[in-house]
Amino acid sequence: MKIDIILAGVGGQGILSIASIIGYAALKKGLNLKQAEVHGMSQRGGDVQSHFRLADHEIASDLIPQGQADLIISVEPMESLRYMPWLSPKGWLITNDQPFINIKNYPEPEVLAGELNKLPNKVVINADKIAKDLGSARSANMVILGAASPFIDIEFSAIENAVSEVFARKGEEIVNVNLACLRAGREFAQQNQ
Amino acid sequence: MMSKLLLLGDEAIGQAALDAGISGVYAYPGTPSTEVMEYVQHSKQAIEGNVHRLWSSNEKTAMETAIGMSYAGKRAIVCMKHVGLNVAADPFMNSAITGANGGLVYLIADDPSMHSSQDEQDSRFFAKFAFIPTFEPSNQQEAYDMTYEAFAFSEKYRIPVMMRVTTRLAHSRAGVTRRAVLPQNEIKLCENKRQFILLPAHARVYYKELLAKQPLLEKEALQSKFNSYIPGTDKSMGIITTGIAYNYVMENYVDTKCPYTILKITQYPIPTELVQKITDECDSVMVAEEGYPLVEEQLKGLLNNGKPVKGRLDGTLPRDGELNPNILAVALGLPNTYGTDVPEIVAPRPPALCLGCPHIDSYTALNEVMDQYTPGRVFSDIGCYTLGALPPYNAIYSTVDMGASITMAKGASDAGLRPAVAVIGDSTFTHSGITSLLDCVVENTPITVFILDNYTTGMTGGQDSNALGRIGNICKGLGIPEEHIHVITPLKKFHETNVQIIKKEIEYQGVSVIIPTRECVQTLKKKLTKK
Repeated sequence: MKIDIILAGVGGQGILSIASIIGYAALKKGLNLKQAEVHGMSQRGGDVQSHFRLADHEIASDLIPQGQADLIISVEPMESLRYMPWLSPKGWLITNDQPFINIKNYPEPEVLAGELNKLPNKVVINADKIAKDLGSARSANMVILGAASPFIDIEFSAIENAVSEVFARKGEEIVNVNLACLRAGREFAQQNQ
Repeated sequence: MMSKLLLLGDEAIGQAALDAGISGVYAYPGTPSTEVMEYVQHSKQAIEGNVHRLWSSNEKTAMETAIGMSYAGKRAIVCMKHVGLNVAADPFMNSAITGANGGLVYLIADDPSMHSSQDEQDSRFFAKFAFIPTFEPSNQQEAYDMTYEAFAFSEKYRIPVMMRVTTRLAHSRAGVTRRAVLPQNEIKLCENKRQFILLPAHARVYYKELLAKQPLLEKEALQSKFNSYIPGTDKSMGIITTGIAYNYVMENYVDTKCPYTILKITQYPIPTELVQKITDECDSVMVAEEGYPLVEEQLKGLLNNGKPVKGRLDGTLPRDGELNPNILAVALGLPNTYGTDVPEIVAPRPPALCLGCPHIDSYTALNEVMDQYTPGRVFSDIGCYTLGALPPYNAIYSTVDMGASITMAKGASDAGLRPAVAVIGDSTFTHSGITSLLDCVVENTPITVFILDNYTTGMTGGQDSNALGRIGNICKGLGIPEEHIHVITPLKKFHETNVQIIKKEIEYQGVSVIIPTRECVQTLKKKLTKK
């Protein structure tokens, strides 16, 4: 068993919190893990990605080979497409549909949507709205993680437990709202695959 | 034993150094090396052990301090990025000749593909140049184990040891198993009280000793558990691979056994006997190494009249840049699994100055004044403000090495370019801009120096700057008249005032310093969230 995930976004959007929760759940299951992150210059509003690898056997490379990622999980729609060379033909792309526009030549919304529509396996979700409606605009990441969860070969309860434990020190209220976001994302994905 | 920790390569090195009983970490921030110090700074173990863990002014001061700690008998590690080693080259080269006393490890993090650097120089060449033994881990566990053992190795051979990592290992996480925590050394001075005095008469003796150690170090590499020889069945080719490149080879043989014989080198000097063995046993050799073709060049030699050698020099692998599993797949004649192309609508998203960044206001004011001159007069330096090179600012003419802005502007001014301007950050100024400014003061060179003071080392993530609260006094102390030192606040509402001050000083035919002062928005945000 192996799961290779490209996490994508813009520097400062916090893609690593998604990784830390899957990582937490995976370690509890005794899986091997490698997670290559981007630190340094690109964190200043540039494109950032993380290569996140899980397996029940030893993992060789810190980088996912191109064309072999099972999932692209992105908190920004244009960024999700930047990693197409990595996506396996059978892989799924899970992305927020809310753009982060800090460049002049950002594509028009309908052009971007058209490009995402071409993909056979995708979940495109307005995570910002779902998170806001549930009372925590900052938890859009958990909505995205929830939307990706049906495609991750780890029991959902283990991911729920990881969310509870990772957010535990921030109090019960924060835990609950993050769990609600996680579940809402999962439900959306199950209805919109 | 203890359970596994999920650590970045850098963090594994920090933890290993602590477990090996270091008394100090010395470093200047630099991607991808920064996290070693940051890890130690947050470590309870380091705090309880009173391990030195404050940032140094630059890589040279960091290395010299670590060497001093070693001379006093204690264990120390010094951490820097590859170009930092250029700054510390003098102590680096000469500490090989004096040798170490307490275990001394130099962690050098290279940045192939220049993710956050101005070049991709391979520090293994520096180690070879200095005759310093080197470990080059291929994964996080090896990074831990090698660092842990490097201190005792350093003490056994009385020589500093280099740990060479690259960005991908430095910034990638994996599970790491720890080993027993060793106590710190007591102070123990060298029996030979002349060991560290490099008078020529001494140095000639110690240099011969350093040369005499080399066969012993190579024998260690030959017998090392970190170097392995894995026999294969297909003798048409053997693969010599070093450090993390080993993983990219093996990624192509996850489901099948690699048919080729593999020599994995992670401890240097290169074990010649093993290289001889694989070359004898195989019809050709492929060399896969992350960085410059160090092993490949030596194996091939000037005349290239041995068995065929494939690698970065003959085009089997790219001559520059970071390796990855797909590059190796192609080199090994396996299918490239490349997915689909990036759709054309995906626009590049280069790094940019943050919203509200003080540098934006500084460049806006400076640009307004410089607009009346031909471009090419603003010499910049290394930090977030290097992003002033990009639109909409297009403000700067050079960025080369730490501290160079001031001296390069001076050289241009000496050449007759008027006005000549330097832009340097607070941390970069105390890293290596002070002596540059002194040169200008001595000659009263017509030059205006902007020291952008945002209270931090910004680009690497907001580490404490040794310049904090000291810049004005440093400039005064260097001999710049007070009427030509201006502290301004880079904010829109002061724009007109700032432009007038800049204009006046740029017209002044002598050294002047303008210090735009406002805290980095990132560190400010962090502080506010903590509250």
